[in-house]
Amino acid sequence: MKSILNKMLLASAISFSMIATSSCEKEEDSNTSTPTNTSKTMYAQEDQMGRPAINTVFVSPNQKDNFNLTIPSEQGAMFQSSFEARLLALNPAYSTNLLGLDASTFTTVLATDVLTVSLDGTTTFYDGTNVLTGRALGDDVVDVEFILVFGGPTASDNPGLTSDNVGQNDKAFLSTFPYLAAPF
Amino acid sequence: MKIKSLVAFGALVVFSSIYLYAADHIEAPGVSGTTSDITDYYAFESPESSSNIVLVANLQGLLSPSATASAKFDENVMVEFNIDTDDDKVEDLVVQCSFADGKMTVYGPIAPSQTGTTSSLETDASSVSVNVSTYGQSPVIATANGVKVFAGPRDDPFFMDFSQFGEILAGNATGFNDPGTDTFAGTNVMSVVVEVPKSQIGGSGTINTWVTSNRKQ
Repeated sequence: MKSILNKMLLASAISFSMIATSSCEKEEDSNTSTPTNTSKTMYAQEDQMGRPAINTVFVSPNQKDNFNLTIPSEQGAMFQSSFEARLLALNPAYSTNLLGLDASTFTTVLATDVLTVSLDGTTTFYDGTNVLTGRALGDDVVDVEFILVFGGPTASDNPGLTSDNVGQNDKAFLSTFPYLAAPF
Repeated sequence: MKIKSLVAFGALVVFSSIYLYAADHIEAPGVSGTTSDITDYYAFESPESSSNIVLVANLQGLLSPSATASAKFDENVMVEFNIDTDDDKVEDLVVQCSFADGKMTVYGPIAPSQTGTTSSLETDASSVSVNVSTYGQSPVIATANGVKVFAGPRDDPFFMDFSQFGEILAGNATGFNDPGTDTFAGTNVMSVVVEVPKSQIGGSGTINTWVTSNRKQ
């Protein structure tokens, strides 16, 4: 897997850099919204999720609820610096990762917790070719994140920490809707 | 030293066989163990049609088989898929899933009347309703306006040796085992699966998407 990862380094870095760049271009305030229509049923947000494990790994305990209630367009400004500190606490030797992202750039990508999805082809968290074009059921997102956090520029650092050695779900997914396996 | 830093970080992870933080399972005190706790979010091209995207929200994780039959979607919790088509990280379209009387009703995709952390149920949008599938039953599926929907218990598709990750963070281990052990094996979640035509969520290019759970006010 790692040789494949290395081969794809350049394309990946480009894709990721584009994401990183776009994430800090605009800051529209979406909390400013149209007046409440009292005839409609109203709801208040409680939980929020884009990419897997972001809140879990990078947000400090007393900020986890706050992260869930911060709109994505404001997450970067509010959380990037604490994400960077957390990354460097997890991996003090972090310099850059397989995508060529330094700590600041990598955490800028992570702090805005949205899942990017391609409408034009393969959708995967990472398959060796495509980076963050979606998240499929079978994607080993944990290994991808460990590689990016612990693996260094060639994915060869901290070899004991770059895979949990669980590569697939305990039940096969379905080829037809609803795709998830029947419950145990 | 690396491991000592890991230990320091590990202080935030209270690990036990019961209380797990993983993909997003019970990650924050405000939602842990509640009916609004999102465990995972998936978005991928439909295996059945390259014209469609599948959105999956899982809630109420770590259900044992014995607890699954009685698990229910909360009628006061609305699950909202947010779709940003112009990369400003603000939702341009939403798909809203609400629950009542054993049914899930899915509204949209539709431009929301307001964005942010307050949502109004977009009952003027096109909608499709489906019976919530029960434990042990074949999946009940409904389709309208090109939108296909399912709600009910499923095997948790997330896999990870979270137990060993906890040991590493706690300073009790220096790396993962090989092979690892899937901490989520044999556990279920309450799943919402919505398949939508790409043409209804931007058509082409790249979208940003995230899912929220929202409590009725």
